[in-house]
Amino acid sequence: MAGKLLLEHINVPGIRTFDVYRAKGGYRAVDKAFKTMAPDEIMEEVKKSGLRGRGGAGFPTGMKWSFLDRSKPEKPRYLVCNADESEPGTFKDRYLMEFIPHVLIEGLILSSFALGSNNTFIYIRGEYKWIIDILETAVGEAKAKGYLGKNILGTGFDCQIHVQTGAGAYICGEETALLESLEGKRGNPRIKPPFPAFFGLYGCPTVVNNVETLAAVVPIINMGGDEYAKIGVGKSTGTKLISACGHINKPGVYEIDLGLPVDEFLNSDEYCGGVRTGHRFKAIIPGGSSVPIIPGDLFLKTLEGNDRLMTYESLSEGGFVSGSMLGSGGFIVMDETTCIVRNLWSLSRFYHHESCGQCSPCREGTGWLEKILHRLEHGHGHMHDIDLLVEIAKKIEGNTICPLGDAAAWPVASAIRHFREEFEYHAKFPNKVSGRFAHVDDYKRELNAIAL
Amino acid sequence: MKITIDGVEAEVEPGTTILNAARGIGGELVPPAMCYYSKLKGSGGKCRTCLVKVTKGSEKDPRPMPKLVASCQTPCQDGMEIQSVSSPEVVEARKGVVEFLLINHPLDCPICDQAGECHLQDLSYEHGKARSRYEEERRTFDMIDIGDKIKLHMNRCILCYRCVMLAEQLTETREHGVLYRGDRSEISTFIEKAIDNEFSGNVIDVCPVGALTDRTFRFKSRVWFVKPLYAHRDCPTCVGKTTIWLHGQEVYRVTARKDKYGEVEEFICNTCRYDKKSPSDWTIEGPAQISRHSVMSATQYKEGIKVEAPKTIGYGNISPR
Ligand SMILES: Cc1cc2nc3c(=O)[nH]c(=O)nc-3n(C[C@H](O)[C@H](O)[C@H](O)COP(=O)(O)O)c2cc1C
Ligand code: SF4
Ligand code: SF4
Ligand code: FES
Repeated sequence: MAGKLLLEHINVPGIRTFDVYRAKGGYRAVDKAFKTMAPDEIMEEVKKSGLRGRGGAGFPTGMKWSFLDRSKPEKPRYLVCNADESEPGTFKDRYLMEFIPHVLIEGLILSSFALGSNNTFIYIRGEYKWIIDILETAVGEAKAKGYLGKNILGTGFDCQIHVQTGAGAYICGEETALLESLEGKRGNPRIKPPFPAFFGLYGCPTVVNNVETLAAVVPIINMGGDEYAKIGVGKSTGTKLISACGHINKPGVYEIDLGLPVDEFLNSDEYCGGVRTGHRFKAIIPGGSSVPIIPGDLFLKTLEGNDRLMTYESLSEGGFVSGSMLGSGGFIVMDETTCIVRNLWSLSRFYHHESCGQCSPCREGTGWLEKILHRLEHGHGHMHDIDLLVEIAKKIEGNTICPLGDAAAWPVASAIRHFREEFEYHAKFPNKVSGRFAHVDDYKRELNAIAL
Repeated sequence: MKITIDGVEAEVEPGTTILNAARGIGGELVPPAMCYYSKLKGSGGKCRTCLVKVTKGSEKDPRPMPKLVASCQTPCQDGMEIQSVSSPEVVEARKGVVEFLLINHPLDCPICDQAGECHLQDLSYEHGKARSRYEEERRTFDMIDIGDKIKLHMNRCILCYRCVMLAEQLTETREHGVLYRGDRSEISTFIEKAIDNEFSGNVIDVCPVGALTDRTFRFKSRVWFVKPLYAHRDCPTCVGKTTIWLHGQEVYRVTARKDKYGEVEEFICNTCRYDKKSPSDWTIEGPAQISRHSVMSATQYKEGIKVEAPKTIGYGNISPR
């Protein structure tokens, strides 16, 4: 497959080990950078590459790095790798860490060098137990070969990588909650400002980046930022891992060039292989559970009739009215057997369960949403519940400490916007909705029309 | 620095938060604050009742802020323009927050010792809606005793974290204080173990609702039937300046003195609070100033739920803010 940068050698037997990874050209980037580049030059390359955060928000990585407060040399600076990956539908970091861990380690060494972090942390969710061992083995191997530890490659730069496990909380993926948790505290998001770039881990300047973001530094150094920026469209440069799941013929993790037409990604045999054979495309959550759900027709073409591309910009075209987001790349496809109400209830249950409970709108609102949706799905709903759901979502959105509140609100608002008739059906015919999927055919919506 | 809140100009020191600037101006435009507590480091930002709209960021960068901001956390900038009650959006958002705070609240005011001096009651009168749209079951917890003097009624807690911060900041060690997450969060009983010092009783005073109450006062009287008097004694442990609550010639309870925002002026020790229950223990200074907007003065409200105000307000000096 063309254009693969991170997963190029994923199928080589033994690629998980240092020796095979090295034989396939691994650690070339570290060799190059440590011998020929200054830390600032690495940051320059990352800036030129146009790399954007792969954790969900898509913030330009080079810019984030340049905000790091370097004015207090007495304070250590930290790099923290966010491997908490808990967003429903997202499993790309797992794949990368499990099968080709050294690309992450290599990226971490490069980034630590660029940022001046002598102690770098990987914060990984506790459920990825077996991957913790894989990462620790990889760190051990790199250290044995002189790529970690003291005076790496004779540059005088010291770096340790510590793998720290979380205890299974989605909220600990939010960067400031992650830092709290890493410090051994309750994983409550901090109130910002101050931002981690100034006041991060143990009060020191800190950069938090996603696994994939940091891994992408490897090809950027290998090929140069300018070359990397040539892949992709506009401000969406490089390649992106997409974890495709749901009702498709070939679920899995794919590395795509940003800018790939969505139609090709969904339907070609190289990628998802189309919606489950014999079924029709109903809806999609294209970027992990927090992004708005959109009907299949609006996913393939925007309201203006433009073909959508797999880019940050194209997927969000139409804003909250008819667009969605690239998010973390959790690509969840639903065919016509999916009950949107049930799907939304399931998501709301997740956010209710995962809210840290610090701020009132999210703590109370997520529970309220979940309870109403539970009633609707189980045949105890009313018509007025539907508007109430929208109202509650509106009252949460934007009024919370961290974006989990928004993440809980957006799916509700979008599901009701696009699939209101399903909600009404649940309220009107409570006795028909008790079976799991039995009711879906009763209110089949016109799947090809463009909805608003 | 110059700022404007609801059209009123004020001069503030750099670093002042919007909330404190508003308090400096006073009146209607002061945002309600359920979690911020000026005496507790790191408090605020959680309840979201103090949301305001910033329509102009500063003289230098006049762009408005994209979202409503927590006024207790947002520092003023020179030339900042802020809308509090003058913004319908803010009023709506506050209503939303009040509704959220109440959906799981037991609304057991008739049997709650805090009734009459509860910030949540005040807040819902001033900023809430008359009816809740909540039809679901409320979450419930068992009541627990935190030591022999304090009752924790978790059902009523609004998770403002004030008591946790107080505990943390009095003992100078780090404790979690809250167990579990989301709406299952609980103030944990660790407080009992963590604060074995003389000042633990202050968690009662910082709690804005009836979640932490004084077991020595429990069910003795409605607060509006006891008479608050400022009093002091020569205390070797604390300042000894308190409010004593008299019923006839009996001291029903002792609390710290509170300012007009309901915040403790100076923390008091447990001996003053629990063990000095005779008028002869105290030098009485005179009636306490109760200047908070309180449920006791419900008739003063222009809007809100129409309730019959208690006819027998037992003492004077109640003035709306
Ligand atoms: C509730 C919540 C959960 C998050 N979970 C993750 C996560 O599991 N992994 C991740 O990389 N970023 C997650 N993020 C985003 C991080 O806060 C942060 O933006 C990201 O780690 C920055 O890295 P990037 O710039 O490389 O994308 C989460 C954000 C929120 C609000
Ligand atoms: S929005 Fe939710 S998860 Fe985020 S701080 Fe508030 S309660 Fe916690
Ligand atoms: S018990 Fe009271 S002070 Fe403590 S968090 Fe709950 S409401 Fe706040
Ligand atoms: S007082 Fe500002 S958020 Fe609670």
